[in-house]
Amino acid sequence: MVNDMIGAEAIVKCLEKEGVEYVFGYPGVAICPFYNSILNSDIKTILIRTEQNAAHAASGLARVSGKVGVCAVTSGPGATNVITGIATAFADSIPLVCITGQVNSELIGSDVFQEADITGAVESFVKYSYLVKDVNQIPRIFKEAFYIANSGRKGPVLIDIPIDVQNAALKRFEYPEEVNLRTYKPTIKGHAVQIKKVVNELSKAKRPIICAGGGVLLSGAEKELRALAEKYKIPVVSTMMGIGVMPTNHPMYYGMVGNNGKPYANRAMNESDLLIMVGARVADRAVSQPDLITENKVLVHIDVDPAEIGKNVGASIPLVGDARHIFEDFAKEEFNCEHDEWIKTLNEYRNTMKRKRNPNPEYVDPAAFITGLSEKMADNAIYVADVGQNQIWSCTYHIVKNGRFLTTGGMGTMGYSIPAAMGAKLACPDRQVVAVCGDGSFQMSMMELATMRQFKVPVKIIVLKNNYLGMVREYQHYNYKDNYSVVDLSGSPDLEKIAMAYDMKFMRLFNMENVDKTIDEFLADDESVLLECVIDPMDLV
Amino acid sequence: MKKKIYSVLVENRSGVLCKVSGLFSRRSYNIDSLAVGETDDPKVSCMTIVSSGDQRTIEQIEKQLNKKLDVIKVKTFDEADSVSRELMLIKVKYNRSNRRDIMETCEILKAEIVDMSKNQMMIQICDVPDKIKLLINMLASVSVIEVARTGTLALPKCVDTE
Repeated sequence: MVNDMIGAEAIVKCLEKEGVEYVFGYPGVAICPFYNSILNSDIKTILIRTEQNAAHAASGLARVSGKVGVCAVTSGPGATNVITGIATAFADSIPLVCITGQVNSELIGSDVFQEADITGAVESFVKYSYLVKDVNQIPRIFKEAFYIANSGRKGPVLIDIPIDVQNAALKRFEYPEEVNLRTYKPTIKGHAVQIKKVVNELSKAKRPIICAGGGVLLSGAEKELRALAEKYKIPVVSTMMGIGVMPTNHPMYYGMVGNNGKPYANRAMNESDLLIMVGARVADRAVSQPDLITENKVLVHIDVDPAEIGKNVGASIPLVGDARHIFEDFAKEEFNCEHDEWIKTLNEYRNTMKRKRNPNPEYVDPAAFITGLSEKMADNAIYVADVGQNQIWSCTYHIVKNGRFLTTGGMGTMGYSIPAAMGAKLACPDRQVVAVCGDGSFQMSMMELATMRQFKVPVKIIVLKNNYLGMVREYQHYNYKDNYSVVDLSGSPDLEKIAMAYDMKFMRLFNMENVDKTIDEFLADDESVLLECVIDPMDLV
Repeated sequence: MKKKIYSVLVENRSGVLCKVSGLFSRRSYNIDSLAVGETDDPKVSCMTIVSSGDQRTIEQIEKQLNKKLDVIKVKTFDEADSVSRELMLIKVKYNRSNRRDIMETCEILKAEIVDMSKNQMMIQICDVPDKIKLLINMLASVSVIEVARTGTLALPKCVDTE
């Protein structure tokens, strides 16, 4: 049998086998064989305007579709530019496969044009990486890469492929049915004994609470978690990455924890006698004082990654496994769990411990604006928050109904929202997708307006404009007595002209007058709109 | 601070040593010594890492090592539960007056003189890390030219099996 398939065609075939619909990327010589082969495929390519955003867009797509996001960039600067996007996906446990072109195998190590040791450079930000030396290994490597990225604790996998390997002829293309990795067998089912222990604690607890992290969304355990919380009236709080595990207005949901979270959520967590932490890393922003969540209580820590359990806080009952499987197992158990007093106390906290704001009437109040916006947004809308004050306001005032809330809580990479929203919109063209950023983060991804225009991705963008790097300014306000250093953004462009340059509809709000009408118009059609909200430069979260 | 020995079986591929040692530096774990070699299976290498830290760090090291996809198996044990050895070659300058002393020290510590010239000799010792240290101390008064050590190798002690 004659087989003329080359490496590049094999890569495309692998992507087809994995059901990939979109590849985000930026070509260069070292990845040209691949981009030439993909022309013969139904897989759509999206030319992003800087490589970092290819990974963010793939991340947005992965988070709403549950599939692996794919990006493909060239060697050297293409590969190094994508690192921040990979690191972001790694911190947030988002499944990506990132393909990088590499210089000719024989030239590796000789510092030729556009050569970078990318597998070495990303080692601490990837779940795994490959440097492909033999064209015949491509099917096996891709099968493994997709499996590794989207199983266990999800994360990015990088595949570096020299140009000569992309051009070399394959003996035979055979896509493996399954992977066989002796070193990688993630624990999915929770240990029966540990599950019984948790159930036993639940039946004894007077003040139980569940703290849900991003892992719950990654394993698709929202339904199971909600069912348990409703059946036994167990209150739920979440970390930033866990926002959306339950609708914000669900009676059993008590908001986000952490130093930027709801005061009553933190109090509820600290005063509980049984805390079930699930799919959360217990990192500093969510739990600034780990001793408070172990004091006088039983701490159950559920995570698919055994290394997360005991890393930042010691658990009384460690439970390794996938959240959805574990909550399914909880559902099989029958037990009593009564604590009406506790619910009453928490409702009182929720009603009395409200944060007070004194908005300046001359500007748009981000809090009221975001709440007003989310009330009008579609039931299943996707809200993508960037990083900075806009992110904290979004976490605090956005009301999730049955949609999704996306942000980078782990890495906190500015500029995430626009590319991630694009990826989400491509994955779910029927859903409303709104990106909310500040004027700092907007300018970090402003170039992607061209991508949105070129590929007709109708993302709606809101810029909360205060001419400052607001979050840093706020930090300098508290910690450096208002000595502002390098936070003034006054050279920013006129956003109306920017919108005009990209053929985008533009709207602007100076204050809270006409806010309802503006939001209605902003959300009305499935088209890209840029809405600038002028906010008080001195406002604090 | 407790001392622990990690015996880590890894895939014998290029870049694995770098990934494992990189993990230690990235998470600021100590490496007291590191020794690598092929096992009876040429596809598998064994890395013997001696490290120290508090209880949580010791646990994390094992968990983080297990997370690496090139790591096949991690065994963690105390020095007391294992047989450990290190090999050292040490080259010293000698003269007529201290030659006898050096030879006697070697004899007491079961070290071997493996090479010699008119005024230099090379001593080999293969023993537990403490004995190696002792030999270095005993040779403190002699002028040492150069030293090469393998780092600790260790395996858990033998047990009776059915």
